[in-house]
Amino acid sequence: MSLRPDLAAIADMIRPGSRVLDVGCGDGELLEHLVRTKSVDGRGIEISQTNVNACVARGLAVVQGDADSDLGDYPAQVFDAVILSQTIQATEKPKAVLEHLLRIGRRTAVSLPNFGYWKVRLGLLAGGRMPRTQQLGYAWWETPNIHLCTLADFVDLTRECGAAIVQAHTLDEQGGARRVDPEKLTDRYLGPNLFAQGGVFLLKKSA
Amino acid sequence: MTEAPRFLHPIKAPAAHAGLAVTFDAPLPLDCGRRMSPFTVAYTTYGTLAPDAGNAILICHALTMDQFVASDNPVTGKPGWWIDMVGPGKPIDTDRFFVICANVLGGCMGSTGPSDTNPDTGKPYGLDFPVVTIRDMVRAQKRLIDHLGIRRLLAVVGGSVGGMQALQWAATYPDHVKAVVPIACAARHSAQNIAFHEVGRQAIMADPDWRGGEYQQHGVRPTKGLAVARMAAHITYVSEAALQRKFGRNLQNREAKSFRFAPDFQIESYLHHQGASFVDRFDANSYLYITRAVDYFDLAEEHGGQLSEVFRLNAPRFCIISFSSDWLYPPVENKRIAHALNAVAARVSFVEIKSDKGHDAFLLDEPEMYAVIRGFLNHAAGAP
Repeated sequence: MSLRPDLAAIADMIRPGSRVLDVGCGDGELLEHLVRTKSVDGRGIEISQTNVNACVARGLAVVQGDADSDLGDYPAQVFDAVILSQTIQATEKPKAVLEHLLRIGRRTAVSLPNFGYWKVRLGLLAGGRMPRTQQLGYAWWETPNIHLCTLADFVDLTRECGAAIVQAHTLDEQGGARRVDPEKLTDRYLGPNLFAQGGVFLLKKSA
Repeated sequence: MTEAPRFLHPIKAPAAHAGLAVTFDAPLPLDCGRRMSPFTVAYTTYGTLAPDAGNAILICHALTMDQFVASDNPVTGKPGWWIDMVGPGKPIDTDRFFVICANVLGGCMGSTGPSDTNPDTGKPYGLDFPVVTIRDMVRAQKRLIDHLGIRRLLAVVGGSVGGMQALQWAATYPDHVKAVVPIACAARHSAQNIAFHEVGRQAIMADPDWRGGEYQQHGVRPTKGLAVARMAAHITYVSEAALQRKFGRNLQNREAKSFRFAPDFQIESYLHHQGASFVDRFDANSYLYITRAVDYFDLAEEHGGQLSEVFRLNAPRFCIISFSSDWLYPPVENKRIAHALNAVAARVSFVEIKSDKGHDAFLLDEPEMYAVIRGFLNHAAGAP
């Protein structure tokens, strides 16, 4: 079984034997992978009933709930790592969610689509309509992605939340991950913020 | 010793499976400080116990249910109360699992309760019966499990008051249960819930035929009070939306309002029916005692209100199931248990199933509930 590229990049960031909370864990693919290959003590939060049932059938411990409303119930620093994969753009309050993640986990791994990707920009610039790409395939009126941002925007948010970027990776359309200097995401006009389809970040709370 | 169970109410339909009963002479210490001896536990089993006794699932029944979970009830003649959940090929698969269900202590379906003879007086216990607790009920079930030669249950599953018993099993006997499925329940009975119970009890005790609890000696039964108690309780088992959908303001067998107090509305005659059919199968004093046991239920009470402390040691794996429209034990109460378990790093899953059927959803056709329980038990059975 091969993991989705952003999940594989996240999995590489997780230390064996750690306590992991996967927020928006879907059908539990990543969590089960981490339990099997890294012996993590894994927990999940997932909103969809079908996905929760799939997780439970895999033997995972998953709480059905909503990242926007439920993270406040988790005490501080109880998890070694908290994961938020392809979810932050679908939350109502991305900043509040990110602040909770930084509080709950010693490390926070986030993957997200890049609205600064050149195909997205071109779609809007040339087509004059909300862009639809391989990763962002919904029409504007039905998309769950209500808070899209560019990788540069996300880096700004991490600074706003007092987080330090431990690692940053860009993802291309073929799923290739490449480690980048986060400074280059915000500094350069023709940098990775233009050429990456998505990003994966490992964060920690600044001392 | 194992015997045939004795039922308070006459048996209506001949039932092939009247279940079993076992009487224990060794005293059962109770939370109230008294000891009960002897005491009987009436139960049913389905499926076959594996040679290593590792496939046993205990089902705990709700307030007024009984041990006839998956077979015809000999008193009512009706099918078991959870036949879509328990049986061959069902989510709780009796082709794989050995399923046990016991009538609770204080009940009226063969386990020792207030209608039984007090060995000290030779008369029915009535109000001399000790006030038992959920933990006392679970202690009696543990005796049964020991008697059946089962050291560790694969799972304890229960809805409502049965879910409270499942939680109590995890709290009291964590080494003797591998997985727990509490459904539509709470770790404590709320003030509102106690209030509804008290309305029911006062209705029973206000019935002149209750006779201070000694109605058996007088050859009468407080059926009017018991029926009102059931009617009030039944309202809490269903959601407002479900009542509206089912009955609305529809009139019962008439074209116009009667300007009298005979039941005009369908909801009225529905409640009357619920009350009337209940008194044919249930005992008023049992209703007092079991509702009291539930009122007293507060798992965290002995831990200064810290629910997580209850499960600090060797917590089994949990799958907690709630229903969105359950206002008796709302999802937030169920979720509280999940958070308490998470706080001590126990393996807990929690689901909130969307349903407009209210508290009673756990007894009804809820495919998501079947799916999650099937998946959870399958995995638990294979896990170390």
